[in-house]
Amino acid sequence: MTVGDLAELSCLQLATEGTGLDAPVDGGYVGDLLSVVMGNAQANQVWVTIQSHVNIIAVAALAGIPAIIIAHGYEPERETLEKAKEEGIEIFTTKLDSFSIIRTLILEKGL
Amino acid sequence: MRIYGDLHIHTALSSCAQEDMTPNNIINMALLAELDVIAVTDHNSCGNAEAVMKAAEGTELVVVPGLEVQTREEVHVVALFEQMDQALILQGEVYAHLPGRQAPPKILQRQHFLSEDDEVMGYCDKLLGFASSLTIEEVFRLTRQLGGAMIPAHIDRKSNSILSNLGFIPEDLDLATLEISMYAPRSEYEAQYPRHRILQNSDAHELGHIGIVSNVLDLKVKTAAEVIHLLNTRAAT
Repeated sequence: MTVGDLAELSCLQLATEGTGLDAPVDGGYVGDLLSVVMGNAQANQVWVTIQSHVNIIAVAALAGIPAIIIAHGYEPERETLEKAKEEGIEIFTTKLDSFSIIRTLILEKGL
Repeated sequence: MRIYGDLHIHTALSSCAQEDMTPNNIINMALLAELDVIAVTDHNSCGNAEAVMKAAEGTELVVVPGLEVQTREEVHVVALFEQMDQALILQGEVYAHLPGRQAPPKILQRQHFLSEDDEVMGYCDKLLGFASSLTIEEVFRLTRQLGGAMIPAHIDRKSNSILSNLGFIPEDLDLATLEISMYAPRSEYEAQYPRHRILQNSDAHELGHIGIVSNVLDLKVKTAAEVIHLLNTRAAT
């Protein structure tokens, strides 16, 4: 599966430019404390969080995460989008809360 | 001049603080602990700072007004000011960005507005214990524009700290000073952050903790303005 496959879900809105849609995704991680995410998220996972601070991009880059889903209606800050572009990491937003979007990823995409 | 300061103290306005954290009790404990400067920093409010400042008049103690703001990222930061009116402007911004709901009675009754004579003047109906929707950058900008100093609070803690919530100190934030809690190993943090000033405060929620740790501040004169200036100046390397 790729980041582009996730983009097919109507509950996700792509906030970035889609240059990294070919990157593979083989699992997921959820967490809002970036110190915990840094130590536990694995490469090629899609990360679900409600944090929108620019630091999420550095954490994702460090862990090898190709895409971040910012859940529960939170909007990424401008700096976050700029940094995501630099790092080639895709950001999706969704109105769904973290539990609901993860359930959708599992049921509809088999993650 | 070597000045002893404990720059993060709550009053009975913070619902998690003891009810005997009143202006005169705080001042008397600070004087007993031989402190020269304290800062009053309730959660998301400076509602009792002026009462503590007034109660300290006629003593040797300098009281710096401030707030412990909870940012949108749920990071706690201490914002300190030279003057009460600067603190009140930040408080206005924070209040406008707190949850719209009023505090339920159980919380309301623990958020005391106090007079300089320790009388209960009323209760704060805001949800002071919750995150505002201001980002940490917005709180930093506002604080600096008002002439104050913003310090990430208790960075060693596993919750509500800049390191736990954001993983590391954001690059674009021009912070001169970082705060550690009273139990943290100070020398380790000084070694880890050589370009920052490390402040170790009690974060007192009860009288017995006031001055349990303190900082030696090298100031020309003992004023709030000098404290703010020092906190905005990076450690000499």
